[in-house]
Amino acid sequence: MIAALEATGLAKRYGRTWALRDCTLAVPEGRVAALVGPNGAGKTTLLRLAVGLRRPTQGSVRVFGRQPRDDLASLARIGFVAQDTPLYPDLTVGEHLELGRRLNPTWDDGSAHARIAKLAIPVDRTASALSGGQRAQVALTLALAKRPDLLVLDEPVASLDPLARRGFLAELMGEVAERGLTVLLSSHLIADLEHRCDYLVVLSASRVQVLGEVDDLLATHAVLVGPSDAPEPIPGVGAVVSESRTDRQRTLFVRTEGAVPDPAWKAHPAALEDLVLAYLSEPTAGTLPGPEGSA
Amino acid sequence: MIGFRLDRRSNVVPYHQLVEQVRHALRTGLLEPGDQLPTVREVAESVAINPNTVLKAYRELEHDGLVEGRPGRGTFVVRSLAGPSLASHAALRRELLSWLRRARRAGLQPEDIQALIGITLRAYESEGAA
Repeated sequence: MIAALEATGLAKRYGRTWALRDCTLAVPEGRVAALVGPNGAGKTTLLRLAVGLRRPTQGSVRVFGRQPRDDLASLARIGFVAQDTPLYPDLTVGEHLELGRRLNPTWDDGSAHARIAKLAIPVDRTASALSGGQRAQVALTLALAKRPDLLVLDEPVASLDPLARRGFLAELMGEVAERGLTVLLSSHLIADLEHRCDYLVVLSASRVQVLGEVDDLLATHAVLVGPSDAPEPIPGVGAVVSESRTDRQRTLFVRTEGAVPDPAWKAHPAALEDLVLAYLSEPTAGTLPGPEGSA
Repeated sequence: MIGFRLDRRSNVVPYHQLVEQVRHALRTGLLEPGDQLPTVREVAESVAINPNTVLKAYRELEHDGLVEGRPGRGTFVVRSLAGPSLASHAALRRELLSWLRRARRAGLQPEDIQALIGITLRAYESEGAA
């Protein structure tokens, strides 16, 4: 099957700085993929390469099997909402929709207007007079109205209050259910991604650190709490990703290989946030699918 | 039509929470054969969760023979879990309330009561008592 998004040895250099290096990943069609990582890890660079706004220095990026840069047919299949959901401040909501209709051959005007009406956003108001939540919803509406097969969102909810964040994510999940589109979404707000994203990409220091299905990753990781003097290696543990200890107790975030049989260790299921934080705190650890295995 | 909610602090995985909510509604008679479940889109949007989670829950309910997907129309309840026991719920609840009052008077905290009920229920089930 052709991946919705596939990067092979992808790298981007700005001047003498590598913003992204040796990035190889594939996001299967129909997934809601989360892209997380610290500031400066290369998230925005990867997204801009994916939507054809930048040309790779090395390697390639393909969307549904084709390089998006300079390929109008590919670009028509990609919806993109840039960081801080930019709109034209002096144009009204209605003028944004009109602009979208004239610029996009696949524009779905009916559903765009219906969505704006459902959200009770006034069409005659200028973008500068909208709330942050409304601006984000309008930007999402514009990206969805071109009926993309891949929707790429760069930190879409970062500046929103909790209610507006939930409203935005609810609209997004509804649209995924309706259209079955693939989503790639970067965010720092890991709690917002839990139960919404089913695929995870962790970028750290310009490289892919963790990649895979969220369910698989959570099923093969655990938090272990046990005595600080327990013997090593611990049966059932493939690798210790991160750890903290007191004089009596150790708390480990581990990649498991089956159950941990030793009753001295209490195993707790891993949450997405535990997993992301554990790997980000140990940039040399990593878990990638395929023959390269895990480090 | 029922609405779903998600307890994000729960250790129970989301799809299983949805399954349990339907089963609960079937046990209490809130859902009956012929009733329609909300569409996958409606649940994904109202709970703001990944639609694949909703699909997985509905597939499990269908596999258990409780609901049936009808193409183009939606998902419908085909079997109830409300047994004859439903009628005796009210009387049992009254007895439980009076027991709870005695337990509280004896100084038990809600956690003590939950633990006591849990331990007693497990012991009862493991004895296979009639």
